Amino acid sequence: MSNIPAELKYSASHEWVKEEDGVFVIGLTDYAQSALGDIVFINLPEEGDEVTAGESFADVESVKAVSDVFSPVTGTICAVNEELLDDPAQVNEDPYGAWLVKVENVTATEELLDAEGYAAVVEAEEA
Amino acid sequence: MGSYIPATREERQKMLESIGLTSMDQLYSIVPEEALLKELNIPEGMSELEVAQKVSAMADENKKFRSIFRGAGAYHHYIPSIVKTVTSKEEFLTAYTPYQAEISQGVLQSIFEYQTQVCELTGMDVSNASVYDGAVAAAEAVLMCQERKRSTVVVSGSCDPQTLAVIKTYCGSRDVPVVVIPAVDCATYLEALKAALTKETAAVYVQSPNYYGVIEDMDAVVAAAHEVGAKAIMGANPISLGLLKTPGEYGADVAVCEGQPLGMPIGFGGPYLGIMTCTQAMTRKLPGRIVGQTTDHDGRRAFVLTLQAREQHIRREKASSNICSNEALCAMTASVYLAAMGPKGLRQAAESSAAHAHYLAAELEKIGFKLRVNKPFFNEFLTDCPVAPEKICAALEAKGILGGLPLDGGILWCCTELNSRGDIDALVAILKEVCA
Amino acid sequence: MKLLFERSVPGRGMDLLPACDVPAAEFDPSLLRGAAPHLPEISEIDLGRHYTELAKQTHGVNDGFYPLGSCTMKYNPRVNEEMAALPGFTQIHPLQPIETVQGCLEALYTAEQLLCEITGMDGMTLQPAAGAHGEYTGLQLIRSYHLSRGDTARNKIIVPDSAHGTNPASASMVGYKVVSIPSNPEGGVDLEALRAAVGPDTAGLMLTNPNTVGLFDPNILEITKIVHDAGGLCYYDGANLNAVMGHVRPGDMGFDCVHLNLHKTFSTPHGGGGPGSGPAGCKEFLKPFLPTPHVKKTETGYELYAPEQSMGKVRSFYGNFLVVLKALTYVLTLGKEGIPEASAGAVLNANYMMSKLVGSYDMACNGLCMHEFVMDLSRQAHDYGFTAMDVAKRLLDFGMHPPTMYFPLIVHEALMIEPTETESPETLDEAAEVYLKILAEGMEDAEKLHHAPLNCAISRPDEVGAARNPVVRYTFEA
Repeated sequence: MSNIPAELKYSASHEWVKEEDGVFVIGLTDYAQSALGDIVFINLPEEGDEVTAGESFADVESVKAVSDVFSPVTGTICAVNEELLDDPAQVNEDPYGAWLVKVENVTATEELLDAEGYAAVVEAEEA
Repeated sequence: MGSYIPATREERQKMLESIGLTSMDQLYSIVPEEALLKELNIPEGMSELEVAQKVSAMADENKKFRSIFRGAGAYHHYIPSIVKTVTSKEEFLTAYTPYQAEISQGVLQSIFEYQTQVCELTGMDVSNASVYDGAVAAAEAVLMCQERKRSTVVVSGSCDPQTLAVIKTYCGSRDVPVVVIPAVDCATYLEALKAALTKETAAVYVQSPNYYGVIEDMDAVVAAAHEVGAKAIMGANPISLGLLKTPGEYGADVAVCEGQPLGMPIGFGGPYLGIMTCTQAMTRKLPGRIVGQTTDHDGRRAFVLTLQAREQHIRREKASSNICSNEALCAMTASVYLAAMGPKGLRQAAESSAAHAHYLAAELEKIGFKLRVNKPFFNEFLTDCPVAPEKICAALEAKGILGGLPLDGGILWCCTELNSRGDIDALVAILKEVCA
Repeated sequence: MKLLFERSVPGRGMDLLPACDVPAAEFDPSLLRGAAPHLPEISEIDLGRHYTELAKQTHGVNDGFYPLGSCTMKYNPRVNEEMAALPGFTQIHPLQPIETVQGCLEALYTAEQLLCEITGMDGMTLQPAAGAHGEYTGLQLIRSYHLSRGDTARNKIIVPDSAHGTNPASASMVGYKVVSIPSNPEGGVDLEALRAAVGPDTAGLMLTNPNTVGLFDPNILEITKIVHDAGGLCYYDGANLNAVMGHVRPGDMGFDCVHLNLHKTFSTPHGGGGPGSGPAGCKEFLKPFLPTPHVKKTETGYELYAPEQSMGKVRSFYGNFLVVLKALTYVLTLGKEGIPEASAGAVLNANYMMSKLVGSYDMACNGLCMHEFVMDLSRQAHDYGFTAMDVAKRLLDFGMHPPTMYFPLIVHEALMIEPTETESPETLDEAAEVYLKILAEGMEDAEKLHHAPLNCAISRPDEVGAARNPVVRYTFEA
């Protein structure tokens, strides 16, 4: 059973979002990391890049697959977790600690789910 | 007619019946009638003997020169006997790409060894398992330096024109601007090159020794590229690196070579070997296959294809290159060559090539073939020609000698360790006669 | 296994070159490398034994059954090697005067003519060095054609989702956007999806036929017509030509250009990953755009010329010439009867082997296949807990190369088997027995298969560790 903290918001494409004073912190959910398997590399955007809700802004590599990461919000990237470039395994080990990017000047967001709503999405996919 | 099908006609008939069919035609019953081929209009098949005779007759139509003074992208060097022995082993010859690591350790380890050797040769950190040839290596190199806000590529026109042509093709289809700085006095026009660099420049490509044989001022080229934040790509002759300063020592970000001189025959142009190396920082931008070291389940050293998620079979339309087949057996050829030569032998080949070229240049000057420029060169150089270059070449050809390449009204000469003093003296004697 | 570098002993080596008989060239010290490269110092016998050991740890076609789907691992005839090693070819400089290379040009010209007839094309370049390189060249032909007509709106290439990854990657390399269309249950093109996808922005369609599930698409004439009606061109990926050569030609199916893999269909060896050769062929109207130089035959002999609207060059010189020679030898050997016999033999072998496995293994599709078939291990994965990967790894213990795994992507637990025509019925019988034995093993004790292979030089390698912390060269002690 995957871990879905109650205090976070979620997208249906398995990203989590936490808002801190107008800055949106984005990461991958526990379900996502488990489905991806051992992550070997994360291609991250750069500070200052614009992201658009619903569009890919990064990708995650396992040994034999690559998966897009979609932005739940539209805005400007103000921080990138560069530790992940050297140690992508953090996403497997601590998905809610290992954030990918922080976004500011957010002008739009996808319809975000609460923990309960996201749990239903996960349950549907597992079935 | 030759055939490589083991099953006899009777056996094939039985196999057909076992799957509920009566004739071979039924295997193609799904093909629309109007698309079916009635008859393949090519000659009837032949026995092995007949084919061997026919193809050998084609080989006999070519003229094999006993002495070759022409390079310009294809270099006639000595190939140690062990090279062919190793690379014709059926296991290496016939294996597929080593995706199944457990039964491919031999090929994987040999590529790992190749990667290490060419890194040593070029002074770079990382190598891939090879690309198609030196020209494609250069084109892939300029593409791997593309960044979101930097796309323009600046190329010195002193490089091999074929390399330039391939760079233009690869960049043209991706709308990557290519600025060519015409060569001046057989070398990179540094001032013009510097003037062409902007904050949109992604990479600078310069070959040294260049097409005219001249050793370029790579310190200046690399500094200029880095000054504007662009990547510096150096093309090199791998034999020259037994002696000359390496791309790594110059501070290049990417180094590429035509690897043919490392044990491959000139072979009318191929197969050759594209050597591609780069700095650690650029590892993930490097296209093509890369072999990495790891351990197996029981802790033993093992080799695998790694960083595969960069590649086309996983990344599909987002891959930076479409390459899958490379030149693995040519890479192994280079690896055996470098191991057989060793550090001393490689240096000897480099020194001997340079020494013979410089001896030839001095002898030619004595009889009026003036060097086009007075710049340091390795084993190729351009001279003026007191009579028409074609006349010179024809006279040499008649004596079984392939002269230098007619170029820009002069001749581009090349020597390797295979051009002995005796051969050179004989060549010069003929030229004297022609010019008299 | 020691590495070359671990066998090196300072001072050892071979005497390969004579002492230099002319004065040394003098260079400014600033032009010289600082230290010699760390290359092995090794005697000839140790070098020879090193590679003999490596060869023992390499599975080649002559080591046993090699049914790697979509790779056509057929036997590589020895006469081909002998012809390509003739000094009259290997010692020819690519920039020799034209009258001294007539034999090389005749070989290139003849190969082009034969391969054009086999594919139903009118012209072909032998310059591309591999299949993906040929794809790139073929797509450049399409691009050049549209641009030459001022038709700049065509920037999309349609690729079925069952396609090999090189197709979309090649399309991106020529600057096209890729439109992926879903396949029908037989892995064929969904005609409705295709009709919906084509339009004034369609540059072309890339297709493999038979497709990656091993089936011939019976709608092929309709498919190429839909694309042509929309103003697009049709590109044939020759990866699976070994199923149909001599029976049906891409040109007659409505394709405008093709690439071939001489290292698959035309029996040249794969060399552990290359060198291959990937000629790109086309119909008459695309010939002006072919790469330069191209060979032509005149009254006085063979000549090289630049096609008038050439795309330029995709490689130096004329391609992997010695590889082309091997394929030429092969086509001359088989000839007009042998070519269709080879493909029919490939299709027969695939169907014969499939018939031995059907019922035990689930097939991705029912009915006759072409030269390869795809098995789906999803049921076993679900019911017993062993996967396509486990079966593949266990096959290694029986001295067989596994089939292609996890491709095409549209079949989840795919094993794609392509026996080729050069395997005897006994080999197929034995292989089928092994496949059935492994299936029984897995149903009894899936755990055992998770540990396979048990009898190889290494057990399963740690690929995650290799990718997370890449070690891609040997490090010498300081």
